[in-house]
Order: sequence, then C-alpha cells, then structure tokens
Amino acid sequence: MSKTIFEHSSAGRKGVTLPAREIDTPLEQLIPARYHRKGTARLPEVSELDVMRHYIELSHKNHFIEKGLYPLGSCTMKYNPKVHEALVRHTCFANLHPYQHESTLQGALELMYELQEDLAEISGMAQVTLQPVAGAQGEFTGIKIIDAYHKAKGNAHKTKIIIPDSAHGTNPATCHLVGFDVIELKSDANGRCDLARLREIVDENTAGFMLTNPNTLGLFETQIEEIAEIMHSVDALIYMDGANLNALLGIVQPGKIGFDVIHFNLHKTFSTPHGGGGPGAGPVGVVEKLIPYLPVPMVSKDEQGYHLDYGHEATSMGKVHTFYGNFAVLVRAYIYIKMLGAKGLRRVSENAIINANYLMARLKDYYHIEHLEPCMHEFVADSSWQKKEYGVSTLDIAKRLLDKGFHAPTVYFPLIIPEAMMIEPTETESLESLNAFADAMIEIAQESKANPELLHEAPLTTPVRRVDDVRAVKVLDPIFKIET
Amino acid sequence: MPYISNTDRDRQEMFATIGISKFEELIRAIPEKFRLKSELKLDPAMSELEITHKIKSQTCQNLCAQSANSFLGAGVYDHFIPAAVDSIVSRPEFFTAYTPYQAEVSQGTLQFIYEYQTMICELTGMEIANASMYDAASAIAEAILMAVRKNKLLKAILPATLHPEYVEVIRSYTEGVGIELLTAPAQDGVMDKAALKAMMDESIGSVVLQSPNYFGNIEDAEEISEIVHSQAKCLLIACVDPISLAILQTPADYKADIVVGEGQALGNSMYMGGPLFGFFATKLDMARLMPGRIVGGTLDKEGKRAYALTLQAREQHIRREKATSNICSNQSLCTLAATVYMSLMGREGLKEVSTQSAQKAHYLADELCKIDGIKAAYPSASFFKEFVISTPISADMIIEKMLPRGIYAGVKVGENQLMIAVTEKKRKAEIDEFVHAMKEVCHV
Repeated sequence: MSKTIFEHSSAGRKGVTLPAREIDTPLEQLIPARYHRKGTARLPEVSELDVMRHYIELSHKNHFIEKGLYPLGSCTMKYNPKVHEALVRHTCFANLHPYQHESTLQGALELMYELQEDLAEISGMAQVTLQPVAGAQGEFTGIKIIDAYHKAKGNAHKTKIIIPDSAHGTNPATCHLVGFDVIELKSDANGRCDLARLREIVDENTAGFMLTNPNTLGLFETQIEEIAEIMHSVDALIYMDGANLNALLGIVQPGKIGFDVIHFNLHKTFSTPHGGGGPGAGPVGVVEKLIPYLPVPMVSKDEQGYHLDYGHEATSMGKVHTFYGNFAVLVRAYIYIKMLGAKGLRRVSENAIINANYLMARLKDYYHIEHLEPCMHEFVADSSWQKKEYGVSTLDIAKRLLDKGFHAPTVYFPLIIPEAMMIEPTETESLESLNAFADAMIEIAQESKANPELLHEAPLTTPVRRVDDVRAVKVLDPIFKIET
Repeated sequence: MPYISNTDRDRQEMFATIGISKFEELIRAIPEKFRLKSELKLDPAMSELEITHKIKSQTCQNLCAQSANSFLGAGVYDHFIPAAVDSIVSRPEFFTAYTPYQAEVSQGTLQFIYEYQTMICELTGMEIANASMYDAASAIAEAILMAVRKNKLLKAILPATLHPEYVEVIRSYTEGVGIELLTAPAQDGVMDKAALKAMMDESIGSVVLQSPNYFGNIEDAEEISEIVHSQAKCLLIACVDPISLAILQTPADYKADIVVGEGQALGNSMYMGGPLFGFFATKLDMARLMPGRIVGGTLDKEGKRAYALTLQAREQHIRREKATSNICSNQSLCTLAATVYMSLMGREGLKEVSTQSAQKAHYLADELCKIDGIKAAYPSASFFKEFVISTPISADMIIEKMLPRGIYAGVKVGENQLMIAVTEKKRKAEIDEFVHAMKEVCHV
C-alpha cells in the first residue's frame, strides 16, 4: 500500500516557488477581516520530487491501454494516438479564453466547424452540436431536444419514452431527469427489440424511443425500419445511443436509416483518451427538423469567417455546459478523423467487427454465448457453464484475468444475460494480442474445472488483492483524516 | 492505416477461424439497403506530418492569452500551472485508463481521487466530496436536485449575481423535474438581503450563493446564510472559487449545506472553456443523496488498505431511472491535475497565489479608477481577483480598441461596464501597460 500525499507532508517544505511580491498591500487593507479564512487549508507540504515520486508510484498501480488489452464492452478502449496529445497542448489551444474576441479564435472555430461537418457526414445527420461533454450529457441534450420539439408542436401529452431492457443505465436516468416516464421494452429471443410488444405499448403519448445500435449484445437492430415506421406514425422520435458507433463507421449512416437524434462518444469511437473516467465529449447530431432546438451557440461560417452563432436562441433547448464544450477533447477527435479519412474510418469498423468475431469464434467452445450469430464490434459471453458446473462466477473470471495481465470485460451487463461478460477488443488490437487474450480466457475455463478455488482467490498478483467494496459502503471513509 | 494493426493477411487468417470468406458475411444482419454504397465525404487522410502542419496553421489564427495581455475571467482563469502537473497528467497510466471499476488494477486512480476529495474538503471545510461533476454550472444544478431529494421542496432561489451561463445550464437541468427557479435581485453588485428575506418562506427548498459572485464581489455569506436558514428545511448551496478559499472564509464557516465550484483554476489550462470540472462537497449525513462517483477507503481480502468506488447504489448503472443523477463519468483527469497542483502549491503556495491575485487586482482597480471617467461600478462591495468598472465609452468599444494593442481588456457586463480579472501571473509591468492603454483608449 502507498501512503497518501498527506503522509509525505513535512512542515515548511515547498513544491513551487512563486515570484516575489511586486505589489504587497496587506490583505487586511483590501478585504475586510470578517471575510478572511480562519486557519489554514491543510494541503500537503511536499517538494516537487516528493510529488513526482508519489504520483508515479500511484500510476504504477493502474491498468492502462499501453500496458495491455482492455476488452471492456461498450467502452471502446482503443489505442489513443500520441500525436493528439502533442498537438492539443499547443499554447494557442491550451491558453485560449472562451470570452476572447471572436476574431482571435478563428483557428479554433474553424476546427469546431469542420468537426461539426465531419460528424454530421459520418452519422448522416443534418447538424451536430459539440457542446455536451459526456455521453450521458449527450443523451440529456438529445432528449431535451425531443422534449423541445414536442413542446413547440404543442404535444404536451407526450410523456413516455420507450427504452429496451438491454439499454445502458444512463438512458432511463436521463429520461427521468428530462421529465419523461420510462417504459421498458423486453428483448426478443434473437436479442432484438420485441416488435409485437412495441406495437402494443406505443400510443399517442409516446414521445420517443431510445435505442442503442448495435445494441449492448453486440447485435445490429435489424428491424429499425419497422421501428421507425411505428414511432413516426405517432410523431415520436427515435434516439440512437451512439455508444457502439465504432461498429458503423462508413458502413451505416444512422441519420439515413430512420434515427432522428444521435450522440457520439468521442472518447470511444474517436479515440480521445478516457482519462480514468473523463473528460470525454458527447456531441449530438439531429435531422433537419430538429436543428432549431440544438443548444446555443453553434459554430457557423460566412464570408467574414467563423462565428459563435446564437441565432436560434429563441427555439433552442438552452445550454447544457458553460461555454462551448470540451474543446481539448474535440481537438483530439478532429485530428483522429482527419488522419483516418473515409477509408480509414471504414477500416476501423471492419476490423473492430472482425476482431470481435474472431474472439467469439475462439471462445465459443469454452464459454456459453447466448446469441451465436455474427456479432458487430462486441459480443456477450457468460460464465453460466462455469457457474453451474464448478461454482465459478463471472466476477472470479474477471479477477483472474487481471492476474494474467488483461483488464476484465464489462461484467454483469447487459442485465438480461446472467453472469454476462461483454467483450469488445477494438480494431487497434493485433491478431497476436487477441490470441493471447483468447488463450488466457481458455486457460481460465480450464482452471475453473481443475482448481475453482484459485479463481475464488483471484487476483493474486495485482497491487492489492480482492477489494472489499461492501466494507467501503458500511464503513464510509471518503476523506483522509489529516492530523496536523 | 494508422493505429489498425491487422493487415489483409491477418484478416484472411481470422476469416478462416471465423469460417467466412469475406467481411460482408459478418454484417449480413444489416439490411442491404441500409448499407452505405459509397465512401463518406471526408477530407483525404493525412499523415502525422500533414495534420501537424494543418493544426499549426489553425493555432496561428488564434491569439491566445499567452501572446496577449489578457484580463479575461468570468469563470475561467489563467493561473500559473507548474510543469510537474502536466508531467503527471500526461502519463498514459492515468490518461488512457478507464473508470476504476476493477479496483484491483485501478488503485492509482482511486487513490488520487481519494486525495482529491480530501483536498476539496480541506478547502471548503466540508465532510465529503464526490469525484467531480462536469463544471460549476452542472454542479449547482445537481446540488439543487439533491436539495429536492432532501426536503422535497420544489422552489430554488438563484441570485441575480450568479454567472448568467450557469443560470442557463441550471434551467436546462431543473425544468424537467418541475423545479421553479426564482431570482433574488442584486443591490450594489451583491445579493439584496432585504429582498431575499422577503422572498423566503417554507416553500423554498434551496438558495444558491456565488461568492465571489459573477461580478467578482464577495457576498455577505454569513448574513445570507442566516436568512436562508431561518427556514429550517431550506439548504444553502455555495458556489465558490477554490483559489479564493486559501484566504477567504470557508463555506463551512458560514454553514453552507452543499458546496460547489469551478475547479479549472486548480492546475488546468483554459482550453477555450473546456474541459472544466465542478467540485461538489457536502456533509456526511447527506452522503447517500449525492450525485456522482465517490471513492472510499477500505481493505483488501488480506486486510491491506485499498480504495474502491463506494455508495454505488445511488448511481445510474445500478438504480437506472431512480438514480440520483444520470452522470456516468467524472472529469477525472482534470481532478488529477488539481490534486497534483494543490500538492505542489501546498498550504503556503496556494495562499500566495490567492494573495498575489487579490493584491494585483486591487492595484489595477485603484490605478484604473484614477483615470478620468472610470470608476468602480460597485464601490461599496469587496472583491477578490475580479471587479467591474464603469467606463466613459462603451465596453464594446474598449474591447475592440484594446485588441490591436494585444490586450484583452475584459468581459462586457453592461453597456458601459467592463469586468476585469487579474491572477498572480500578471506582472506589474503588464498591469501598468493596461492602465496606460486604457487612458489612451478612453480619451481620444
């Protein structure tokens, strides 16, 4: 275990020297004493080397993409090119202030404008906002747009949004936040939306439908045409959760096959780093009729140059983030698209799909797979065989994978598959790396039989052993108790 | 192709294992008519060298705060960032890692978040902090939603002195669940306490206070807190500048119930306003009502100290539509920058940053007010590092005229009102240059 940074503290030690005071009016003369802080914020007192050693020591305890395969389903943990990092740090990106005069932001606005255009083309949508800063915020923006559309049409009775039971938890949470009631739609035996059931639950009060495509089972929703027909017949809109867009680049344009709104996860499909949980970006694309409801500002272009455009403020759903979105994330996605081009992006999706199918083919004799048909960029296996025969759970298998140098798949999701392991290798993994992962999974299947105890004990070689997260809840300890 | 490992030969080998002869067999579930028949219309692919040139030409069309003499603030500030911050943040161990769901191989991320939460509590005086929200605006919105979970009261009061963009975001986040937003008026650049008092009744669920407020002025938080807490159920939500907390009273001192703020100033570059991060802290007895990720200390199966995400039963991946928020991420890497920044600065360093910012801002305000026609817009208010002046010519005209001199004069907050921010980074010579230019610009 590592000490906390607070335990490295030694009174009087400094990590930074600031310039001497050029102006030194006593604070008491500037701000009345009653507003002054009583006592000192007990931040650590450490040298720069102390700080470097400490955080580098912590960094060694993380799994990360450059260390090994990261097969988290629906997370698209592809390699993040280093040129993104080098270029985004340019001083004339990093040091731009959002309220600078528009004339001094032309390069940045050009980049945003082109990214809006490129994402619109990739998705087949009419227009894209770059403002949302996360997938969940993209969902929120998209559902607010649907809400604004219905309100503008006087459709106050439209209070329901339908969501399949295989959806990410953010979908129902988002709809609730916007004020819609959530109606859950069961999946059919083929892992797709149950169309007959959908027909039963859709009525005049339906505002929209949220669909992840490919869905979280890694399957393309083949009945999208019928779904669109059903929804559009009652003027309900179809939202595509773009979490799994990595399967569709250059293959399908969602805006051309019936979807009205889509969000992109730039930190998944467009290879901006996940950052240990953020920041990401969740731009939203819409069809023509929804453009008036996009957040403000958009970036527009005329003879004079690029503009932060508030022109449609009166009809806009408003704002979801201060200023214009996660610009530093947008720069990285822009570079990615420019470097891959149309052929490259198509190749990304092809190889993502091939890699997933290859892994499925190698694992299908060792793990139960509910839907044994060609998958898109990910598939869901489960440990029901291991559980039944040897008492080995998905959690055990996930932890054993950590011992073997791999990250675990997304586990226990989607909720409709018991003991689920959702596996997404991404296109950046080579055949050799896929083989190494498949070999490890097969070895674990064999260990399940030969030595289940070993799996219950796993992980054995990680920086800490299996972590007691029940205790983390029972004995809540959210901050370090600083002594001095 | 860049970043795609497998060659056509590899693909053939994989096809054999899969049992197909060509790629199209894998996408047969996609109806033929839905498949794109032609290539996407995008620019031809560029090499690393070519994109480097393109980005360079774009950056050349920007004039950044480094090459200009900038006095812009309004929520995003140009404070000094020690080089060691980026040295840590740019380690792939941190920036290419995923959310720390697999705790055993994520202790690095989990521990720095635990340290971050501790530092936020130290700054604010609160008892528990989450792993961060998107920005201050969404953090305030989430705080209002949390207050509703606590007291079921659907009215919230926002001050007229709150950042106008925050108000927009808060409206987006709260209107759907039926929260009514009321505005408490301002008087002399701060909240009008008498008016607030008159607005208070038992239906008010929360009151937001921003201090220093949008205009840079320090609010009389103690008295406002008393007014707010005259209603037993009403919660006080304080939005604060973390840099100011090294020298200004903590929200805990004035009994705030939820504390939020914009964290960008702590070691994160401005990047045209994104990413930002919102910190979020409260009291322990409201832990289970909080939005967002929280890291907690615990033990591993050998009894060794370890960290894990905790209280996850509040979150969307468990509770779905009943979750406390739809948020699924945090601004993790931004909080790492903040944690490293606060470690490097330490208790004395942050005080120095805060003190020098205040000293330089007050020096500039004094010098500007010596110019004929310029005066403090809110002479009775105290400010920290940002202030508003009334100007003899329009704020727009000042901003335009200062531009060719390489000076970003400030943010327009009224026809003849300019808001000016100063950090410790500004040298006296730059401040004097600004004063000199203002003299010329205002009197031609």
